[in-house]
Amino acid sequence: MAAKEFDIPELPTYIEIPELKEGVMDGEGPFKSSEEFQEPLGFPGEKIDNWQEVAIAKMGELKSKYRSVQVFLDSCVKCGACTDKCHYFLGSSDPKNMPVARQDLFRSVYRRHFTFAGKYFPKLVGAKELDDDMLDDWYNYFHQCSQCRRCSVFCPYGIDTAEISMAAREVLDAVGLGQKYCNQILGKALTVGNNLGLPEPALKDTLLDLEEEIEEETGVAVKYPLDVKGAEILLITPSADFFAEPHIDGLIGYGKVFHQDGVSWTMSSYASEGANFGMFIGSYDVMRKAALRIRKAALDLEVSRVMVGECGHAWRVAYSFWNTLSGVGAGAADEFGQKLQDQLDHRYPQPQHIIEYTYDLIQKGELEFNKSENDDRTVTFHDSCNVARATNMGGISGGQFILPREVIKAVCNNYVDMERSTIKESTFCCGGGGGLLTDDLMEIRVKGAMPRMQALKEVEKTDGVDTLAAICAICKSQFSKVLPKFDFDPYMIVSVHQLVSDAIVMDKPQTDDSDAADDAEEETTE
Amino acid sequence: MSAISIFFTALFYISLIVFLVGMARKIYQFWITPAPLKIPTAPTQLTQTGVVMRMAREVALFESLFKSNKWIWLFGWLFHIGLLLVLLRHLRYFWPGDLPEIFLLMQPFKYAAFAMVIGLGGLLARRIFVQRIRYISAPSDYMMLLMLLIIGISGAVMTFTQNHTDVLMVKEFASGLITFDWSNLPTETHFLVHILLVFVLMAIFPISKLLHVPGVFFSPTRNQVDDARKKRHISPWALQQEQEHTVRLEQTLGKDE
Repeated sequence: MAAKEFDIPELPTYIEIPELKEGVMDGEGPFKSSEEFQEPLGFPGEKIDNWQEVAIAKMGELKSKYRSVQVFLDSCVKCGACTDKCHYFLGSSDPKNMPVARQDLFRSVYRRHFTFAGKYFPKLVGAKELDDDMLDDWYNYFHQCSQCRRCSVFCPYGIDTAEISMAAREVLDAVGLGQKYCNQILGKALTVGNNLGLPEPALKDTLLDLEEEIEEETGVAVKYPLDVKGAEILLITPSADFFAEPHIDGLIGYGKVFHQDGVSWTMSSYASEGANFGMFIGSYDVMRKAALRIRKAALDLEVSRVMVGECGHAWRVAYSFWNTLSGVGAGAADEFGQKLQDQLDHRYPQPQHIIEYTYDLIQKGELEFNKSENDDRTVTFHDSCNVARATNMGGISGGQFILPREVIKAVCNNYVDMERSTIKESTFCCGGGGGLLTDDLMEIRVKGAMPRMQALKEVEKTDGVDTLAAICAICKSQFSKVLPKFDFDPYMIVSVHQLVSDAIVMDKPQTDDSDAADDAEEETTE
Repeated sequence: MSAISIFFTALFYISLIVFLVGMARKIYQFWITPAPLKIPTAPTQLTQTGVVMRMAREVALFESLFKSNKWIWLFGWLFHIGLLLVLLRHLRYFWPGDLPEIFLLMQPFKYAAFAMVIGLGGLLARRIFVQRIRYISAPSDYMMLLMLLIIGISGAVMTFTQNHTDVLMVKEFASGLITFDWSNLPTETHFLVHILLVFVLMAIFPISKLLHVPGVFFSPTRNQVDDARKKRHISPWALQQEQEHTVRLEQTLGKDE
């Protein structure tokens, strides 16, 4: 199937709210999942015959299980505050990409089937039947939402389209209309252990190659241990870090920091994925299953700390949901959760973000940097949506904005922020989050990137910014693809830990036990 | 008692019961529906006190709306504060017998009617003239604003023009509703329209978007403390699933065994 032709949006000096262009982003949505990917997740393989009945029943179930869904469906007053907040609307002009209009695809059906006014006065309150057209609109437009939550920041009631979007996708999965990209990846993550389907031997080879490469380049034997039982830290990182560009330079950075700190650490071949796509499809159970793999790895490897690499949605799931899903944190009720919590070292936050770890070391003066190594760069930081709006770092208010910037400033001399209304809690999504990072959604990805690109263009003009740093695997992949479309250098996107890696002074004397990976014990199961 | 008085008296009680029962059921539904995950939106609050303060700013000042859109904030806030002050002043009609002194202080609140009407007018104008808001509006959205606008204007007409109604009679009628000592009400059209719409609005409150009033307090993105790492947050259904081992790792394929 040839990709649809579309215009690349222009980058204005100021973002103007576009005139509505109805139907611009109409379409069939992303590739649909097939039986092969649906069944292992417990979803029907194709659109079922009694889909209407099942969909309505599923909506009823979801609104009784999620307060967010029930309250958000009832509370919207259509004030319009969110209408100009979504990057996909700003970039595409399609009115159904306005957060409230996107929600209304779901809300109008809720009203028709679950409210008095919608049952008896549907026209009056805009209640609609869930027919084929509506279902098609659901599939199309709920896959044009990256669940970035920007609308929620600006809503007077905090209505979060991400919650509605997740619910809609869960209903779609229940009637057999899954998205291929997400569900195929989930299959790999839940069987092989990572989204790329990289099995243990391949992962091991990749890491050995990486070690050789770094040793050749720096003369320092930085190790990337895999399945080392008894290590202190288990690092859970997005699998893109293992070989995608620029992600891998971030992984090199993590390794160097661990090396300098002299801490023992490991990754797990069983749970070699930070990103949890279960969140994208809205499924608590699938998300929990992915999280349980990580708990199992932590138990098997007897680690005392669980740490998460640079990945936005992963950090949201880890920071906000892991304690609920699998008990990485405190206060678990079940046997394995309690076992894990006894095992973890509670002098550290559990889980901890790699940025928090590096920041702490910098604060303690334990890392030395040659900042001039980054003098050829002028850096700006892209707040990844899920880190910015759904997590915290350092346990201080706004820590998720402060810590990454402090780490960058510790290793770079030239740092500039983009316009205030496009960063921190108001940050624009890269355009590829929430399960949209697939080539069959390239049009919406490019259009949705426009607001971020616009802010970047401004600091390029005013401050000569030539480097965009991020702490999310999706952001990094998305920017590599879309930057050239807006006349930027695709290599200007870097990991924050790549900047750390380039400036860190590797003066730690090499010891024998840094060779731990050589005699790594193979992981055994419980 | 005149037929019309009987009608309005009955309508008041019916509307009130619909309102109370409907709201109680809705609040109960919001209350018992669990929030299974921690989903506060930035800027999150790390303590319960912080959350209470955030909610207070949200309810009293419409903080998020202020960040979002200054015009909607201005009109929305004017309307709501106007309505609140006007409602407080209306207590004088329902208060049986002589008024305590505090009601004297509320006398100037009558001017809040202007804030209310200006706010509603602004909101209605935006709904009609701003393309984006027109797109998302259903007939009920206009209807709601029009009803409130007519209530506001008819009230202001009685207060500020020569078309006064018999205030003592109003007081007798209204306080009679509270003390079950029913009496006739004035029959000027603007007064009847005023209370008819108020009673209707009361009745449709629990089945309309006016549910944003309880909704804001139940919004998980606003009322949750951001402390997921420190304290385990789990919903009853998720805990039950956990205890019954509904999700088994062993069921996944591959290396589990």
